[in-house]
Amino acid sequence: MGVIIIGGGQAGIQAADSLRSGGYTGSITILAEEEGLPYQRPPLSKDYLAPAGRPAALPLRPATFYTDNDIDLRTGVSARDIDRDNKTVTISDGTAIPYDHLVLATGSRNRKLTCPGAETTGIHSLKTLQDAEELHAALAQARDVIVIGAGFIGLEFAAAARAHGCSVTVLEFAPRPMARALTPVMSEWFTDAHRRNGIELRLDEGISHFDAGPDGRVCAAHSTTNRRYPADLIVVGVGVMPNDEIAARAGLETNNGIVVDQSLRTSDPRILAIGDCANYPNPHTRTRTRLESVQNAAAHGRHAAQVVLGATDHYEETPWFWSTQGTLRLQMAGMSRADDSATLIGDPAAAKFSVLCHREGQLVAVESVNAAADHMAARKLLSAGLGPSPEEAQAPGFSLKAHTQQALLNPA
Amino acid sequence: MPTITFVQPTGKSDTVSVEEKTSLMRAAVANGVEGIVGECGGQAMCATCHVYVRPEFEDALPELSEDEDEMLDCTTAERTSQSRLGCQVSVGVHLDAIIVDVPTDQV
Repeated sequence: MGVIIIGGGQAGIQAADSLRSGGYTGSITILAEEEGLPYQRPPLSKDYLAPAGRPAALPLRPATFYTDNDIDLRTGVSARDIDRDNKTVTISDGTAIPYDHLVLATGSRNRKLTCPGAETTGIHSLKTLQDAEELHAALAQARDVIVIGAGFIGLEFAAAARAHGCSVTVLEFAPRPMARALTPVMSEWFTDAHRRNGIELRLDEGISHFDAGPDGRVCAAHSTTNRRYPADLIVVGVGVMPNDEIAARAGLETNNGIVVDQSLRTSDPRILAIGDCANYPNPHTRTRTRLESVQNAAAHGRHAAQVVLGATDHYEETPWFWSTQGTLRLQMAGMSRADDSATLIGDPAAAKFSVLCHREGQLVAVESVNAAADHMAARKLLSAGLGPSPEEAQAPGFSLKAHTQQALLNPA
Repeated sequence: MPTITFVQPTGKSDTVSVEEKTSLMRAAVANGVEGIVGECGGQAMCATCHVYVRPEFEDALPELSEDEDEMLDCTTAERTSQSRLGCQVSVGVHLDAIIVDVPTDQV
């Protein structure tokens, strides 16, 4: 009698925690592929790479958490297959473990480049603690750094490499950075900010292939526009793929992740999927989404635990995200689209402002730079569905925080 | 080694010894102190490591940054003049022992 959680990331550990604190008395087994105590990933691309020296890994929970709560954490163990008829999971050593409920928190893996030379020594990616340790060591030696992909990870790393004094070039095949997550106006602001910081941000320019030097290490990157960039360290940040294969093999529906309903249940009601690997119906966008964020992972983990405990309510949390790129703190609430109307509040020249995104007159997302008050106000407004209209937001002296206080006191 | 004492709303307290430059959040998370979440990993992004620092330690605290100030306005438990984010306060030379109260809620 018990729950098996496949995955020792933010989502899986949160689910275990919420199950126990919610009164679940059955057994809880966590299968975590990496060795060692499960840890927090966000610092790996930020504090961890800072020149001042790297802090130790930050555990998601201390070792005592697992023993005190009678949670069987099995590290260095992967799940091989799910037998839905017998309700068992076969693990890497061949043992089959029975479950009443199974929570798939399998996460995602970095998308790999397939261009010539992509496997050359000196080309890195960033996902795990080990990746971060290798990169930290490599940064101390590096002079010419090339980053492939101007997404969050790529730009966080680029800013860290600048702080180490490296010369940094970022190649992005799309016409603007962070295009999947940000409005064009915010992308453009970040383009300028990173260029002012000395990062050579090349847009509309993808990677063609890499050259290796006589020592076998990477020595240059060639772009799709036939430019050659000498390099001694390459970091690839071109997105992730959901780890949904084990679900697909078990006959569960998958489509850009494991397909779940509003309760985060898969097509088998005894199996839930949460975090990066779950493709869920998002009430905010009215589309299916698969999000890669701490907030999504933790909130999914809490919700899945409640579902196992018998709750029937739907998952409706407002998504929020953040990225720290050098001194720039980017916070996003809700989900913007490129065709949303954008209203700028605050002072972009002073690097403290927000972009309010409206769709059909409704506030749907807010992107903030160094403006935590705006971001926190936005989270409340979006959760309550109480946005300012575009006209209100454009009025002189408009403050999102003041508007929020008013709106929450006197909901229309 | 510097020590940090976390006092729970129930009155129960945990004292932990940590390396210099360790933040209150990291100390709490690494030692399993109840009531400190630290969901964003110490970036002052989530306001789930809210603590009330006892007044006698106020002078030894680092200055409140604008970011921290704005995030503290949005803590789940009420903000007071003693409120800080645990990820933004580290122990060390000027602060080798500190006592903080843990709020009732973080999320």
